[in-house]
Amino acid sequence: MATSATPPDALIHARGLTKRFASLTAVDAIDFDVERGEAFGFLGPNGAGKTSTMRMIGCVSRASGGSLRVLGMDPVEDGPQIRARLGVVPQSDTLDTELLVDENLFTYARYFGIARNEARRRAAQLLDFVQLKDRAHDRVEFLSGGMKRRLTIARALVNEPELLLLDEPTTGLDPQARHLVWDRLYRLKQQGVTIVLTTHYMDEAEQLCDRLVVMDKAKIVAFGSPRSLIHRYSSREVLELRFPIDATPALDKLNGLAERIEVLPDRVLLYTNDGEAAAVAVHSRGLRPEAILVRRSTLEDVFLRLTGRSLIE
Amino acid sequence: MTGALRVLEHNLVVYRRTWKGSVFMSFVSPILFMAAMGFGLGGLISRGPVRTVDGLSYLAFLAPGLLVATAMQSGYVETTFPIMARIQWERTYEGMLATPLRVLDVLAGEFGWLALRLGLGSVAFFLVMLVFGTVHSGLGILAIFVSVLTGLAFAAPILAWTATRRTTNSFALIGRFLITPLFLLGGVFFPIHQLPQLIQGIAWLTPLAHGVSLARSLSAGALQSSAFIHLAVLLFYASAGIVAARITLHRRLVT
Repeated sequence: MATSATPPDALIHARGLTKRFASLTAVDAIDFDVERGEAFGFLGPNGAGKTSTMRMIGCVSRASGGSLRVLGMDPVEDGPQIRARLGVVPQSDTLDTELLVDENLFTYARYFGIARNEARRRAAQLLDFVQLKDRAHDRVEFLSGGMKRRLTIARALVNEPELLLLDEPTTGLDPQARHLVWDRLYRLKQQGVTIVLTTHYMDEAEQLCDRLVVMDKAKIVAFGSPRSLIHRYSSREVLELRFPIDATPALDKLNGLAERIEVLPDRVLLYTNDGEAAAVAVHSRGLRPEAILVRRSTLEDVFLRLTGRSLIE
Repeated sequence: MTGALRVLEHNLVVYRRTWKGSVFMSFVSPILFMAAMGFGLGGLISRGPVRTVDGLSYLAFLAPGLLVATAMQSGYVETTFPIMARIQWERTYEGMLATPLRVLDVLAGEFGWLALRLGLGSVAFFLVMLVFGTVHSGLGILAIFVSVLTGLAFAAPILAWTATRRTTNSFALIGRFLITPLFLLGGVFFPIHQLPQLIQGIAWLTPLAHGVSLARSLSAGALQSSAFIHLAVLLFYASAGIVAARITLHRRLVT
């Protein structure tokens, strides 16, 4: 990133942060700062290095190079002190299936040294927050995927963290469950909790993140607010054309219809500031796509532009 | 230390749901074994030409050996599949390590808990021994500690091994080629000196023979100077296992 001095309020400060596993470089010298109170995202496909970065921030993985400060401390030296002030929602739930729903929160609170009475109070309060109050005495294995995710989020909040790390918080959830999770995260942000999340859903990043970095192949390829990234790397609107199989027209037939054209296996994307006008122009050239869609540009388009690939393959 | 207590507290919350069955089994299993082997087999021996084994009735000879061998088996059972579950399937430890807890806290908590469980099982077993009248000395009560220590002398190295595994294939092999042969040949059912020299030597390399021998001499009230060697071997396996487990579990969980 452009800034080289540590901003006074940076909760996370990374310079040249690198993680290598044997022959693989998972994170390749990335720079970023996360400031207090913001929601910061790592957007990228699977294998881009998002989880490795999160694990280094969570002090359960040692950086192979570069510098990293979390809450002003060193993750290698001060792991327990840092983790005492973090909430972590890992990629796959690590709920305790041997315990009931409320016992999961209670024992987790105890790991932080929270007194038993207070632990019970917080467990009840958090179950209310994630709308699992009536499942308090159920076995974890009987919860749906969305409920387990909410319980994991509740568990991550049990120590009232300053910084909440969420690794793909809604992967695998149905749309309704995703919106419920987003709503709770949005509330937390309003309460002043700093949120760092990874995602490969652009709508998630657009909904939740104030700022984000786009990662690809272990490197940061772009950073900024969702809006500024779209502004910088895409057009205002996108015209999506879907042609019958093997009937995609030659690219020269589309020439001049848009600022930029991407031909994907299943559709053609025309980047333009006026999607409707482009659609009319397509029609007037005698092209007959099976389906036409005019939509706003998204981070997916940004990613495609930056890497030449779709985000989810 | 407080971290370890919190891990231990977690296990206690889990145990609250299963303790009745577990305590029940701690009594049933020794009673069955003592009845079958002691009265049944022991009855034959007492009427035969030898009458006693190493100067003890067969039941008094057998009981401390079974006590210790049971702890060995618990140590093995508790540190294979359940630990694999917490490392890999349920990822309980990953959850714990996202809190101020460290790998050392997790290990200390698990071993502390295991010592408690082994202790409870051994106390139950010892009570059965008292009822059967096989404890001939006040020192016998120390056999409980020997039993716990022997359990840990197996549990700690096996946990260290488990932490290096991604599959469970080797767990059955440990049972088949280590635990079961030791149970049968490690001095529980007959004196080790009955065995060929080579097998005797192998038996003395493992913690079981030392645990059995020590517990038996305590129970009989015939403590010898070799007791210190037995104790040293047990302490060696337990502490080396803990050091190894600290290394392998750390390597597995903090990457």
